[in-house]
Amino acid sequence: MTMTDAAPTGPSTATDGSAPLLDVRDLQMYFPVKSSGLIRRTVGHVQAVDGISFQIESGGSLGLVGESGCGKSTTGRLVTRLYKPTDGSIHFEGRDIAGLGPRQLKPLRRDIQMIFQDPYGSLNPRHTVGRIIGTPLEIHDVVPKKQVLPRVQELLEIVGLNPEHYNRYPHEFSGGQRQRIGIARALTLQPKLLVADEPVSALDVSIQAQVINLLQDIQREFNIGFLFVAHDLAVVRHFCPEIAVMYLGKIVEIGERDAIYQHANHPYTQALLSAAPDVKQAAIGGRRERIQLQGDVPSPINPPSGCRFRTRCSYAQDICAAVEPPLLQIGRRHKVACHFAGEIGHHPAEPVTAPLLGVDRHGDRVPGTDPTPGLGTDSGYSDTWYDFPGRRMVRDESA
Amino acid sequence: MDNFLSVRDLRVHFPTPDGVVKATDGLSYDLARGKTLGIVGESGSGKSVSSSAILGLHRGTNAQVSGEILLDGTNLLTITDEEMRQRRGKEVAMIFQDPLSAMHPYYTVGNQIAEAYRVHHDVNKKAARTRVVEMLELVGIPQPDRRVDDYPHQFSGGMRQRAMIAMALINDPSLVIADEPTTALDVTVQAQILDLLQKLQREFNTGIIIITHDLGVVAEMADDVLVMYAGKAVEYGPTKELLTHPEMPYTWGLLSSVPDLTADVDEKLVPIPGTPPSLLSPPKGCAFHPRCRYKDQVAGDLCVTQQPDLTPGSRGPGHLKRCHLTDPTVPNEEEVARS
Amino acid sequence: MWAYIVRRLFIGVALLLALTLVTFVLFFASPVDPARYACGKNCSEQQRDQARAALGYDKPVYEQWGLFMKGVVAGRDFPADEELRAAAPEVVTHCAAPCLGYSHLNSSTVNDLVKEAAPVSISLALVALVMWLVGGVLFGILAAVFKGSFIDRGIVGLTLVAYAFPTFFIAVFFLKYFAVKWELWPYPTYVSLADGGLASWLGNLIVPAFTLALVFMAGYVRMTRAFMLESMTEDYIRTAKAKGLKQRKVLFKHGLRAALTPLVTMTGLDFATLLGGAIITESVFAYPGLGLLTVQASDAWDLPTVIGVVVLAGSFVILMNIIVDISYAFIDPRVRLG
Ligand SMILES: Nc1ncnc2c1ncn2[C@@H]1O[C@H](COP(=O)(O)OP(=O)(O)OP(=O)(O)O)[C@@H](O)[C@H]1O
Ligand SMILES: Nc1ncnc2c1ncn2[C@@H]1O[C@H](COP(=O)(O)OP(=O)(O)OP(=O)(O)O)[C@@H](O)[C@H]1O
Ligand code: SF4
Ligand code: SF4
Ligand SMILES: [Mg+2]
Ligand SMILES: [Mg+2]
Repeated sequence: MTMTDAAPTGPSTATDGSAPLLDVRDLQMYFPVKSSGLIRRTVGHVQAVDGISFQIESGGSLGLVGESGCGKSTTGRLVTRLYKPTDGSIHFEGRDIAGLGPRQLKPLRRDIQMIFQDPYGSLNPRHTVGRIIGTPLEIHDVVPKKQVLPRVQELLEIVGLNPEHYNRYPHEFSGGQRQRIGIARALTLQPKLLVADEPVSALDVSIQAQVINLLQDIQREFNIGFLFVAHDLAVVRHFCPEIAVMYLGKIVEIGERDAIYQHANHPYTQALLSAAPDVKQAAIGGRRERIQLQGDVPSPINPPSGCRFRTRCSYAQDICAAVEPPLLQIGRRHKVACHFAGEIGHHPAEPVTAPLLGVDRHGDRVPGTDPTPGLGTDSGYSDTWYDFPGRRMVRDESA
Repeated sequence: MDNFLSVRDLRVHFPTPDGVVKATDGLSYDLARGKTLGIVGESGSGKSVSSSAILGLHRGTNAQVSGEILLDGTNLLTITDEEMRQRRGKEVAMIFQDPLSAMHPYYTVGNQIAEAYRVHHDVNKKAARTRVVEMLELVGIPQPDRRVDDYPHQFSGGMRQRAMIAMALINDPSLVIADEPTTALDVTVQAQILDLLQKLQREFNTGIIIITHDLGVVAEMADDVLVMYAGKAVEYGPTKELLTHPEMPYTWGLLSSVPDLTADVDEKLVPIPGTPPSLLSPPKGCAFHPRCRYKDQVAGDLCVTQQPDLTPGSRGPGHLKRCHLTDPTVPNEEEVARS
Repeated sequence: MWAYIVRRLFIGVALLLALTLVTFVLFFASPVDPARYACGKNCSEQQRDQARAALGYDKPVYEQWGLFMKGVVAGRDFPADEELRAAAPEVVTHCAAPCLGYSHLNSSTVNDLVKEAAPVSISLALVALVMWLVGGVLFGILAAVFKGSFIDRGIVGLTLVAYAFPTFFIAVFFLKYFAVKWELWPYPTYVSLADGGLASWLGNLIVPAFTLALVFMAGYVRMTRAFMLESMTEDYIRTAKAKGLKQRKVLFKHGLRAALTPLVTMTGLDFATLLGGAIITESVFAYPGLGLLTVQASDAWDLPTVIGVVVLAGSFVILMNIIVDISYAFIDPRVRLG
């Protein structure tokens, strides 16, 4: 068996074989940076999101974590099509919505809704709660006019607010209650996909749990797919069975909860996890060993060549600067983008990706070998993958 | 233990047109040199107000402050404004939450740190600058002799907070108050800053009060924890004991409402119902009673009518709790759910 | 930075062009025939046509505008009509660039008129500026520092009084009581710096400049107070206090510096407006500045003069805008260093 033959390029399918609710491929968002000269030329681009792929199944929920500025919110806004992507596709229920115009998007707005971080800033202070929640019903002619109010009250009840309070204004509610209003508004049109951008970050600890529980109940009851953006690793772990870790516009590791939290293979994921303060662990057994990252996140305008994490990575070698590591599947539902992927203490000495990429350990092209085509652009999971420690292809027995 | 800081029955009240806001109402705690006290509580529970009273930042405002704040035996509430000013930045320094807005946008970082040094030391500009560069180096700013002339907006968030720490420590104060020092930062940067604070604390033997709403930060940093609710301490004790065996419902609630990295994800979080009370008219009796699930287990309607005192808890000396429950080991829902 | 300045200058020039064009169109759209005014009362049809040609009013507006712009850039000769110039070379007046036009009524180029009047307006504006800045900022700070006390309330109350009386009223009051009735101050007449020396120049300017400055001062007191109070609630003020700085230093080094920034904009624009002439003050005190010149020219339908002064005043404002924007870069390192 040659390595290249064994490349994990199988067709992407959700495990149950049905098409996913959302299928994002190679999504890209570049914001132009203008010069300050006489003529405002575009002098560069903020590579806010640079070629990310993932899937969300109907009723599933994907968590997006990463440091500030890594492109989480931008991804959320692309999926809700508040932004038009620079490149890539967003298949929603099998249809590519990446290039749709405003008119074609209108029906879609019913199906994909967004919850924002700032519960106050996103509610019009001059409208009553009833109007805020009821307007989408009217715009989309969902229910006859007479039934708008009863529906609004029903929604208020669902999110745990007093249905009699439909006549009040946002400022009359507390932060947690406002976030509930935002959730009620997002639910009005019975969406199939909810993008929640830091839905609890602005809330007090004691209130966060209320909102998280509410979102969970809603997801179960209405079978809504979630893209859950947050920087709190514990919250994401609690909410999402699947998590994607982003760094500088790229997904560096994606996988099931256990794969990420118990068997992280990417040095960045490992550092992120070790940095998160944890009450239980700290209180019982003192601190865990912490992986200190040096320096700050580089600018997304001029990201480092090759692996974007290499400027802060303690495992970085020549190849990391020369070749970008592809996002490769290494477990049943686990992908990682690192030349030296491995669990803490088990990072290999040689770049495991080199043979697949047709390069040597310094990242120089090896004559006669070609990089495996389409490596790491899949949005889903294949039922065969390459097992790095064992250096062999593995097939999912359960499939 | 020699406590160089003792706060006794501190009250900070703000008269407003709607009534008196009792932002801090009878707070007492001690801090020993080189130790860390964590103050946790929800937004508006009085964490910042009680701590800025130590620096006398309420002076010249309409705040009514009473009680005692003893720093090395001197009551900071009774000294003159000038005596207070001379202690600010020299004996007590402060690190704020948002280092961007906490620095003046028009002056260089070096200028602002040097200013802190020169108020308390009679040195010329050059000597101050040398000292600033030293401090910047100490807090891990690369190329400090060059970066000293940068403006705050040219620093990253983490570097700004490092610069704030340099500013706070430049006069080698005995007490540093850090008000949410890492809330605006990313976790990896937060880890750097917390480690830096701990390293410098060991080096300078500084007492630290760290204010935060993040129990994880407290767990890693603090020797003692003070849990505040509605302007009062509701539980106080050694961190390890308090976070593993809390003895009053609000602390239980705080711990069970945040997910952690090891908990069983199939368990639902147990939130604290309701919202924090208004400090204008806090509930009668125990301020927490409208949100407390355990008040039924207290005989009569004690929780509603009578404010519980801060009484010794069962986790050793120094552990205090404010609750009427007779059996403080009532299994809280979290434990029930997880057993 | 340089690119920024150049871009701003470009925009400024474009704005000026637009300003002159609009002025031209507006004036010539009016139903009044300026040639009739220029020619005088008992003017025959033929004389009027001749006057019109001499003034160039027979040409379409855009052409007149083109001529005007040519004058500004390269200078031009009057009368505007070539044949007339050829016929009577002795009446030809050359107007060097930047030529603002020729006033038939005054038999003089607008440039000469402006040269006479501008020093008056500039003197007035300068002295007034110093007065309102010093007074406004000082009392503003005082009010802010003693916020809520009787000092604050007194100062704010006085500004209201200053607001309540129109400039016209104040000017007449000063003249009538201070200068005439009580003879507290000699009756102010404009004396140029060259003619009367500093003392006389200033002494004569104090009353009209104070009249002019009063209402501005009231505005600046309130603005300074508001900006100061706002900047004193900033986080960096809390930091400055926490460092142990003396109250004076907190106020002036940290508070005032930030509060002054928005004042710079206001000052620049107000000053620029005044450079173009203070119409009411100059009229009441009979100071022959640009304001008075404008009033007289409009009364007499002396269009070239009106247009010339409007364009001049407009360029003051545009130029000052650019200066203010550039000065921001010096005040605020965030602008300078991006
Ligand atoms: N409209 C925009 N124009 C230009 N740049 C933008 C725009 N929106 C975002 N960016 C840039 O794109 C990058 C990603 O931003 P994004 O808001 O997606 O980050 P994030 O991961 O949500 O961060 P945070 O945790 O701070 O919310 C950042 O560098 C940001 O400055
Ligand atoms: N000058 C003031 N006048 C009136 N009320 C005030 C004043 N300053 C603070 N308060 C009130 O005192 C209470 C405690 O405020 P404090 O800033 O100490 O809260 P905190 O615990 O630090 O909250 P956070 O976590 O949001 O920072 C709040 O209810 C606040 O509204
Ligand atoms: S590819 Fe290289 S630089 Fe990137 S994470 Fe892996 S080891 Fe580090
Ligand atoms: S005193 Fe009563 S109401 Fe208060 S916390 Fe204890 S049990 Fe709850
Ligand atoms: Mg975001
Ligand atoms: Mg606070």
